[in-house]
Amino acid sequence: MIPSTHRTLLAAGEASEHRTLIVTLFAVFVAATLVITVRAGRQTKDAADFYAGGRQFTAFQNGLAVSGDYMSAASFLGIAGAIALFGYDGFLYSIGFLVAWLVALLLVAEPLRNAGRYTMGDVLAYRLRRRPVRTAAGASTIVVSVFYLLAQMAGAGVLVSLLLGITSDLGKIGIVALVGVLMIVYVTVGGMKGTTWVQMVKAVLLMAGAVMLTLLVLMRFHFDLSDLLGRAAENSGKGASFLRPGLKYGATGTTKLDFLSLGLALVLGTAGLPHILIRFYTVPTAKAARQSVIWAIGLIGVFYLMTLALGFGAAALIRPDEITSSNKAGNTAAPLLALHLGGTDSTWGAVLLATTSAVAFATILAVVAGLTLASSSSFAHDIYANVIKKGRATEKEELGAARRATVGIGAVSVVLGALARDLNVAGLVALAFAVAASANLPTILYSLFWRRFTTAGALWSIYGGLVTAVGLVLFSPVVSGTPASMFPGADFHWFPLENPGIVSIPVGFLLGALGTLLSKEAPDTAKYAELEVRSLTGTGAH
Amino acid sequence: MSASTIEPPAAPPDRTREEKPVATETPPPAAPGTPLPTAEEFTEVRQSAEFAELRRAHRSFAFPLTAAFIAWYLLYVLLSNYAGGFMGTEVVGNLDVALLLGLAQFLTTFLIAWWYARHAAARLDPKAQAIKSRMEGTR
Repeated sequence: MIPSTHRTLLAAGEASEHRTLIVTLFAVFVAATLVITVRAGRQTKDAADFYAGGRQFTAFQNGLAVSGDYMSAASFLGIAGAIALFGYDGFLYSIGFLVAWLVALLLVAEPLRNAGRYTMGDVLAYRLRRRPVRTAAGASTIVVSVFYLLAQMAGAGVLVSLLLGITSDLGKIGIVALVGVLMIVYVTVGGMKGTTWVQMVKAVLLMAGAVMLTLLVLMRFHFDLSDLLGRAAENSGKGASFLRPGLKYGATGTTKLDFLSLGLALVLGTAGLPHILIRFYTVPTAKAARQSVIWAIGLIGVFYLMTLALGFGAAALIRPDEITSSNKAGNTAAPLLALHLGGTDSTWGAVLLATTSAVAFATILAVVAGLTLASSSSFAHDIYANVIKKGRATEKEELGAARRATVGIGAVSVVLGALARDLNVAGLVALAFAVAASANLPTILYSLFWRRFTTAGALWSIYGGLVTAVGLVLFSPVVSGTPASMFPGADFHWFPLENPGIVSIPVGFLLGALGTLLSKEAPDTAKYAELEVRSLTGTGAH
Repeated sequence: MSASTIEPPAAPPDRTREEKPVATETPPPAAPGTPLPTAEEFTEVRQSAEFAELRRAHRSFAFPLTAAFIAWYLLYVLLSNYAGGFMGTEVVGNLDVALLLGLAQFLTTFLIAWWYARHAAARLDPKAQAIKSRMEGTR
């Protein structure tokens, strides 16, 4: 059966039997995760349970949850789609995401686990002036998480609408609202325990789905990788250049520089993402934190290797215009591939499509829950309890604030996600990585390893990195000036690159150093001795 | 869907909770029942030869290795950007240098993770544990 050009995924989704199956699988996942959340909620009694899952998860459990938090729909659908459309350049993108984990492993995970309690701000506040530093840490945590969240929410609306064949505006807004309500329930009821279990379930489903599709693709090509690549290059219509660098990022000197900038943000951003950092608090020791990163590296690495088979498989088996007519960015290439592997007119194809779609939905839900938890934790613990209440809030008040913040952040992101549903917000994920690399990573590293570092340095670095990264994107083609911009009708861009990292990351590091060296403030060496001994030995950590 | 087969542990672990009624101000938690060592003790330990050795064992491993893998990653990105001809050289069948170097990035990431885990278990954990138990135990 050769599918006609118009037999797109959208059309497939409109077939009622597909839709029923997809909705059923979505419902099963939602029901199962709600049961888990309620059970976890019953065991959530104090702040350590809510923020850190009681610190009782094993290294393997947390490794699964870390990979669940990290492998967003952007990784699963976005990278497979980018490979399907741009070949090698799509693959290039995934490598930065993986290598980045070594920064977390070698420099950040263990000291953070030993010296912090619930948030990134804990580690900074250890030796610096608490209130200004916590305010800054809270601000950058919330900015990073909300940008990331918005991209996921808007993506969820587009994707689920597409898979279910919903075209009306009201339907799309409804999907965004449903995702918002579910993530609020996961976080307020289940806290870190519930969210961690949801991440684990999602990671298992995502890995299982990817393994299944990868095996089906490889069987189709008799496990001959070279044959798969050759057919993908041929079918893509781009020939040998499909397997070489340059299709996506190689057009001009500017796009090349842009990719270098993106690569820097990816490799340095991961270890500064708040929703990843707070995962290291869910295990009992620094050694367990280290082992969970190692599990995560293994799982994420294998997963990205599989996206290679999925992306090239989609390129080899599906006509490029069919992929782009379903979604311009290729985000539906993986579900389409599932449909084609099963047979576009067979029940098996429908089952594969529905399963893949349900996995994508699970992925989105779990990631948004993790992001919401990170931002509401930081609001309640850093800003409410330690800045507004100056450390005098009771645990109950603090947890109440965390739950209210969850509802607030959830509501805001539903409204923004609904408003942004027709804007191209994919660039926001890259922005979140750039802010994490420019504002958070310099401060974390200086705090842990530089004895002389001062509060002024931390504030310069966090606010300077944050403002530089966000400001440059505001005046970049991501926001205005091109047909693919967020606001294609306006043009106020003067910064040529879409990714600010190549400027904002050095600025963040430089400002941290300058702020420290220029301030007259004497570093608190006794507190640094304490931080250094605790972060390396785990003395006093539990 | 295997979602329903994965569930949280049935009973909460029996931990003694000694959280203070007033929540969370740094410094972060000490294990219940073990008061934190004093500031003088921390400063003393930080200046000890034993701690200096632990710090050196961590930094002399982690810092150069971080610089190395970031340089190797950037080299790969720069080659992809600016050496398209070289990267397009076919090596085995349709596998070209670009794809093989990409796969090599995966391999080195896995190897570095494994190497660090081994280094930490052999050279860092015993030293850290010795200092930790002495600081927490002798009080």
